[in-house]
Order: sequence, then structure tokens, then C-alpha cells
Amino acid sequence: MTVKTPSKLEKILAAGHLAVTSECGPPRGSDPEAITHKAEMIKDHVDAINITDNQTSMTRMCSLAACIRLKLMGLEPVLQMVTRDRNRLALQSDILGAASFDIHNIICLSGDHNSFGDCAKGQNVHDLDSLQLVQTVRYMRDEGKFLGGDEIKRPPEMFVGAAANPFADPFEIRVPRLAKKIAAGAEFIQTQCIYNLDKFEEWMKLACDRGLTEKVYILAGMTPMKSAGMARYMKNRVPGMDVPDELVKRLADTPKEKQAEEGITICVEAIQRLKEVKGVAGFHVMAIEWEEKVPEIIERAGLYPRPKVV
Amino acid sequence: MIVADKKPIEEIIETTRNFKRLLILGCNECVTVCEAGGKKEVGILASALRMNALNQGREVKIDEITLERQCDHEYLEEIRNVVDQYDGILSIACGVGVQFTAEKYQATPVLPGVNTKFMGATEKRGLWVERCQGCGQCILATTGGICPVSRCAKRLFNGPCGGSGNGKCEISKEVDCAWQLIIDRMKALGTLEDYEKLSPIKDWSTDRAGGPRKVVREDVQL
Repeated sequence: MTVKTPSKLEKILAAGHLAVTSECGPPRGSDPEAITHKAEMIKDHVDAINITDNQTSMTRMCSLAACIRLKLMGLEPVLQMVTRDRNRLALQSDILGAASFDIHNIICLSGDHNSFGDCAKGQNVHDLDSLQLVQTVRYMRDEGKFLGGDEIKRPPEMFVGAAANPFADPFEIRVPRLAKKIAAGAEFIQTQCIYNLDKFEEWMKLACDRGLTEKVYILAGMTPMKSAGMARYMKNRVPGMDVPDELVKRLADTPKEKQAEEGITICVEAIQRLKEVKGVAGFHVMAIEWEEKVPEIIERAGLYPRPKVV
Repeated sequence: MIVADKKPIEEIIETTRNFKRLLILGCNECVTVCEAGGKKEVGILASALRMNALNQGREVKIDEITLERQCDHEYLEEIRNVVDQYDGILSIACGVGVQFTAEKYQATPVLPGVNTKFMGATEKRGLWVERCQGCGQCILATTGGICPVSRCAKRLFNGPCGGSGNGKCEISKEVDCAWQLIIDRMKALGTLEDYEKLSPIKDWSTDRAGGPRKVVREDVQL
């Protein structure tokens, strides 16, 4: 795949390296250090850093502002953008705002439903859906035009990503859905947290068989478990999550004070196994409020040092 | 039909507190079917308000009328001769009926007695479910006859999202995933290959985004 944008993430992937991304959740407040401190912890171990967009529908510092903080640190942000909170006017406007700071990566999502968060009584927007947002960014970039048809002066240069959840239902459309996202213009994919490795490998094989991995870079989503309690919570309470019983048992059988360490080990083992899976182009390590562990995971998984690209 | 639900009696007591002569106005259409605002409910509500007034030691005159419809001029005209007898009307029609009544009788306060919910169907007695949001540009032909605007919590045109599990929506195990239903129906129709067609960006100008809407049919106007 040829490089189309100045994105460092895209260059690393195009050069054939296994890419590593991670993410930082912005704070529920305005302290810039909440972002810069997290970024400092992981910056040498990752190629790019996602900033989540009001994740779990809780009001937070906006993704764009937090991405600008990263940019000011000389880092490579991935702007997460959900279609839940903004209409096409605001989405396009924020894309231009991000482009004005030379933010070169975006990932387009629909977002958790607003009923989960602190604005359950608010409106949700969903003027576009996530695929249509992918189309929109590609149109703005490739055609240099707004959805309304007018020309954009200095169009955004963004590497466009989308999410995929191989574990949501119905499974039979999970690969067709990936194909649909690629058809909409997605150039890279970050997956839902992977715990059921067999099912993920089955999904990857189907994607490979359809030739989809020739058209899109798939970054496998990894989230270390901090405890057996977290594993149970993820299994039972988080929508679209597939946590096998063996994994919960392995953590539950570990003494409490060692569970966090075991969680890291499980994550490292999973990365090592998935590194060998055909079509896996890299890893997206989401250590939720546990960013300090990202360097250890990446080093132990043999993904450090990170490649240099120009 | 338009589905409505009864307002809590406490709210109605509060909003009608100052009326001495009250007309409770029912509607014989949708709200009768969904058992929120028909003749039967007019009677029950009138009895409750009379009883409450009696308990409070207040004297009120409460009358009951149920019109064929409150969304047509000709039926609303039927109360023209009696409207002056009341210092308030409690309409238990949908929001359309309440407003049409209020527009017609400018000098009389018209209050709503139900909460108008959605356009839906009777799944079974006592269970009404939403099926349409009146977006003004029907796409049911491309979605297996199941509407993602009214039935997907994120009104996704290219669903399902990652929150679909065991056929249910991420917001509740009580809510079907509309896209699971669409896919099931496409399979039953043998049109699953259509799933991969991208649904274009929606023109919402025919929805409420375009401002208050109207349908003009000159061919049927008198």
C-alpha cells in the first residue's frame, strides 16, 4: 500500500513494521498535565497515541484539544472522533481544526450510547454513522471538498482509521462489515480488545481469505487485565466483549497481589501469539488508566525499540 | 398509530387545580387504541379528578366529551357551542390534538393529559412499540423492511455497531438490535449480499432538522 499522507503511523505500516499505538483518555477536568503526564510515560514505546473522544459517554476534555497537547510535545496523535456528539457541520469543522495543527491520523467511531454516561438526558446526534464519517474524511482529503461540495483551502491530510469488533454479533457479518469499512475508505483498523484469541484468528483468516488484509492495516487491540474482578466486569458488563472463562479462571487462581502482574503476562503472551498471525499489522495497546505499564508490555512483547521513519 | 401514555394523575391534578369548570376531551382514534385517551380513559380521569376535588373540599364541574378526532377541523367544531362553559380543557388526545384544539379555541386554556410517545404498533395488549420516526425519506426497501432510524439506538445506516450481542442492543437486553433483525430478514429474503452496499449519507432535511414540515397535495385540495 502506498503512502498517501504525512502520517508517521502510515509510514511505519507501509514500511512493513509492526506498528504500536496506545491511547490516553483525557481527564474529567482541564488540567493539561493529565494528558502530558500519561503521554510522557508511553511516548518512547509507541508510534502514535490515540486520544479517546468522551469515552463511555462521560464528559471529558475534548479529544482535539488533548491531541493538540500531544502535537505540541512533538508526538503523533490519533484523533478519535465519534458521531454521537456532533453533526456533519461540527465534525468537518473539527477535522479542519485538527488539520490546522497537522494532526495526521483520525479514527472514526459511532461512540458508546449516551445512556451509559453522565449526559443520559441529552440528545445524541448520529447525523452520520462511523462509515459515513470515514467517507467524509476521505472525501475531504482526496477530493479537497466539503460534503456540501465547496472547495477546501488546504484540505486535511489524514490517515483514516476505523474500529472493528470481531466479537460482536452477528459473527457472520463481521468480515463483510470489515469489507464495508474498507469500501468506505478505512485505511487502518484498530480492533476491540482481544481476549478470545481463537475467535480473533478465525476472523483474521476470513479477512485474509477475502484479501482484505491487502487493503487495510489491522492493529490488534490489547488491554491488560488488572485483576480477576476486572476480567469478570469486562466479561459480564462491557458491551461487545468476549472474555473466555479460562482467562477469568487463570486470574482468579492467581493470588490477589500477583493478579496485575499475571494480567500483564497474559497480555504479553497474547501479543507474542498474534504477532505470528497473518494480516496482523501491529498492536493497539489500551492500558486503561494503567499507562505506566505500556512500556513493560511492549518491551516484553519484543516490540521495542520502535522503528525510526522519515 | 400515534402512541401516547397517561400522564401521572398528580401532574394532572396540579395543572388543573385552578379550573372550576373543566372539560376532559378524548379522541376516538390512536389514543383510544393505545388506551390512553379514549372515551373510557376520559371517564376514568374525570372520576379521579372529581373524587380528588371532593376530598379537597373544592367544587368543580367536570364534563366528558370524546370526539371522533381532534386533528380535524370538522370534529373540533362539534364543541364550539359548549367551549364557553369551561375555564379549561384537558385534552387527552396526542400532542397534535391538544394543539389543534388550542389553535381553534384561542380564549380557552388547553392542557395535555397524556405524553405523546411515538408512532408505533400494538405488539400485544398493553405493549406498544415504536416503528417510525417520520424522517420523511423512507429507506425500508433497502433494510429488509426494518427501520434503523426508529429501531437502532444510534440510528446507524451502516450497522450494527460493536455493541450488538446475542441479538440485543448495547443499551438494554430488553431491546432488539435492529441490525440483527435486518440481517436476519435479509437472510430470510436471500438478499444478504446487499448488506455490503454502503448506505449513503442521509438527507435529514426531511426530518425535523429542516424545520416544521408540511405535506401539500394540490391535487386533492378543494
